[in-house]
Amino acid sequence: MKSVLSLRYPLPGGTVRHWLQSTTLALAVLAFMGAGDDSARFKDLGHRMMCTCGCGQVLLECNHVGCQSSEKMRNELLAALDKGNTNNDDLILQGFVQEYGPTVIAAPTATGFNRVAWIMPFLVLALGIAFAVHIVRSWKNRPEPALADGIVIPQGSELDEFRRKAHRETDL
Amino acid sequence: MSQIGSFALLLALCLSAYSFLAGLLALFENDAASARLGETARRAGIATFAAVLLAGIVLVVAAFHDDFSIAYIFHHSNRDLPAAYKFAVLWSGQEGSLLFWSLLLAGYGFVLRLRYKTDQRLFAYASVILASVQVFFLLILNFAAHPFAVMQGGLPADGTGLNPLLQYPEMVIHPPMLYLGYVGFTVPFAFALGALIMKYPGEKWIQITRRWTMVTWCFLTIGVFLGAHWAYAVLGWGGYWGWDPVENASLMPWLTGTAFLHSVMMQEKRGMLKVWNMSLIFATFLLSMLGTFLTRSGVISSVHAFAQSSIGTWFLVFIGLTLAVCSFFLVANRSHLKSEHKLESLVSRESSFLFNNLLLLVVCFTILWGTFFPILSEFVQGHKVTVGPPFFNRVAVPVALLLLLLTAVGPLLAWRKTSVESLTRNFLFPAIGSIAVGGMMILFGVRPWEDPSYFYATMAAVLSALVIFTVISEFVRGGRVIAGKSRQNLFSAMIHLYHRNTRRYGGYIVHFGVALVVIGILGTPFNKEVEKEMGFGDKINIGPYTLVCQSYTQDDNPNFGNEWAIINVFRDGKQITTMYPERRFYKASQQPQTLPRIYPSFREDLFLVTDVYLVYEGKNEATGRPIIKAHLNPLVPWIWIGLIIMVFGTITALVPNAAVVQVTSPVATRTPAQVGAGD
Repeated sequence: MKSVLSLRYPLPGGTVRHWLQSTTLALAVLAFMGAGDDSARFKDLGHRMMCTCGCGQVLLECNHVGCQSSEKMRNELLAALDKGNTNNDDLILQGFVQEYGPTVIAAPTATGFNRVAWIMPFLVLALGIAFAVHIVRSWKNRPEPALADGIVIPQGSELDEFRRKAHRETDL
Repeated sequence: MSQIGSFALLLALCLSAYSFLAGLLALFENDAASARLGETARRAGIATFAAVLLAGIVLVVAAFHDDFSIAYIFHHSNRDLPAAYKFAVLWSGQEGSLLFWSLLLAGYGFVLRLRYKTDQRLFAYASVILASVQVFFLLILNFAAHPFAVMQGGLPADGTGLNPLLQYPEMVIHPPMLYLGYVGFTVPFAFALGALIMKYPGEKWIQITRRWTMVTWCFLTIGVFLGAHWAYAVLGWGGYWGWDPVENASLMPWLTGTAFLHSVMMQEKRGMLKVWNMSLIFATFLLSMLGTFLTRSGVISSVHAFAQSSIGTWFLVFIGLTLAVCSFFLVANRSHLKSEHKLESLVSRESSFLFNNLLLLVVCFTILWGTFFPILSEFVQGHKVTVGPPFFNRVAVPVALLLLLLTAVGPLLAWRKTSVESLTRNFLFPAIGSIAVGGMMILFGVRPWEDPSYFYATMAAVLSALVIFTVISEFVRGGRVIAGKSRQNLFSAMIHLYHRNTRRYGGYIVHFGVALVVIGILGTPFNKEVEKEMGFGDKINIGPYTLVCQSYTQDDNPNFGNEWAIINVFRDGKQITTMYPERRFYKASQQPQTLPRIYPSFREDLFLVTDVYLVYEGKNEATGRPIIKAHLNPLVPWIWIGLIIMVFGTITALVPNAAVVQVTSPVATRTPAQVGAGD
């Protein structure tokens, strides 16, 4: 397909040029990091809500062709930010909850029973770690299983000597 | 044609029921008559495959012949559907995908029953368990979701067509891969349960199923990632993972399967974690079933709503029964599963596997919890809440980072006990390298203390680097030892090292791939997007790119009409490519669909590759001008490269170890040390 502006493609670049370009991109990435202006708030709040059309996508990520819900909601969010009558994001979200119901918020709030949603995974992690530590301790204290006659497992300095020997021979 | 299909399904049900019942009876006695009965059960199992295969072929042929007298074909195909998608009709809807599941299960069973001489008794148990699962699926196919149900009334002239979301090349591959993974875990499950019931001595069942499990895991990995790529390339929202319940359902058995692949080594090497391994493989199978239940039942809203129906109850009952049977034998035969060794040190490979399993299971629990919390909330509070991406990102990501740390540290730990001195020596180079990566990120301006997402991105980069440097150092260290002793060059020595223990070094390659996947994910906080109405010559500036609209055009074919934008992409004043984001309108289903276009900037950025991702959103009705949404997604291509490396690593781990060459010498020598001989 011909371009009206240019048909030229860049020549294959050398490593140095690639690195320079990579650096440029990395620096460009820095420029993407926005501050707390309205567009950043719009992006943040838009990612904390779901589209209500039933697509199951985050509001700003819904791209259903002809989706009426997401367009309306985005406009409402922009209007809420434009009004400037509140700097409180929670109040804006609350307004959406009143209009669309609690499922409009993309994650459980940290209130009431919803706290359980947040606590449970970390509680399971903590209990799991405690259980694993308990298992390890009980394994360490377990008596050695019986061995066939004549087999002696090296212990202490004798075992360390075997280990040193193995390291000398394998450098591992 | 529908009669042939229906007959084949009914025959398959009878055969599998016979295989189950006769096989079960044969297990109770150990005489010649029972052996003959068992043999008939085995043959019935083999014949089941033939019958289900016939049913599958009939459905595909019906799709190619546009036989709209079959309701399934009417609802999922149309005359102008391309041939590849007509083939994919087999798994494009509820009844067809269940038939496909049943076919794969029968195929796995066919292979298993042909190889029965490996261990006849154990294989007989596994065969009976497999037949029971087969009976369940064939019961559904015959009585609840019949793929050959005929249309009522007159014969329609054309079908309603395939869902536009499914008309994409990856949909021809993604479901089969995922199903091969889901169904494949039935085989190790059957062997595990069989070994538990018969109190099978030793760990031979694990050796028998090791390759099954790895191949299955590989299929599931490919299936999960292809699903992510499909979401990225078709859904057009610029992302690849939306924590949708059905996506979650595919990830959960993958996590427990991964845990099993690691912890099973402890049972093989040290005779430990026997109950744990049984539980893990049971959980993996049950989670595979749960995934199907979630897809089919409609209890949780999902983008996969195209597959919903009322057969969820069947799955719920089956999951409950399976859980009860597994739990019963796990408790009744627990004395058979006692560990044979004790743990010697907290700083050991055994401990790292234990904690790796713990973290994998916590991530799995988090996903399960988040997926089902809306139902729990409705039960307790009387209303549903949404548990979407912000929840999973905040809870699962920190745990996943800990897991990544263990992925890096684990391979440096020796079995039984690791000395601090050895750990320090092995850890020094990877640690310095990864800290340098973190330093470079801060030098380039990433401020991890300013935003949690930047913190996670930095941590992910550091830990991924740690994994990569660990893998490299393990290869180099082992290679140098072999090179020193055999006078090969380092590269040849590393190949030699790999051949000595393919499983261990194949596993390291998989870890390397995982690190690349994480690198691909960590670019997410730096994504950028711009949406704009674009007329001829209009521009969008996004990052270092300028997108110029050259023109619009449209086309038409029997299946769909489409329009697309022609957009030239410039960088530093030079045109680097032209992209054609597209919007289609499928005629049979009367549904629109966007089709994004993606340009990965390998030529321009090499390591810091970025996807330029364009979506034709639609037209502004007021102005008649098209709306284009442009995304800049840094590092995403590394995810797909990581997948390729993970698959390559799994395949290399499946290669048998090279035989140890015995060199006879008249001179007495020390026994050579086994370099790279432990997992």
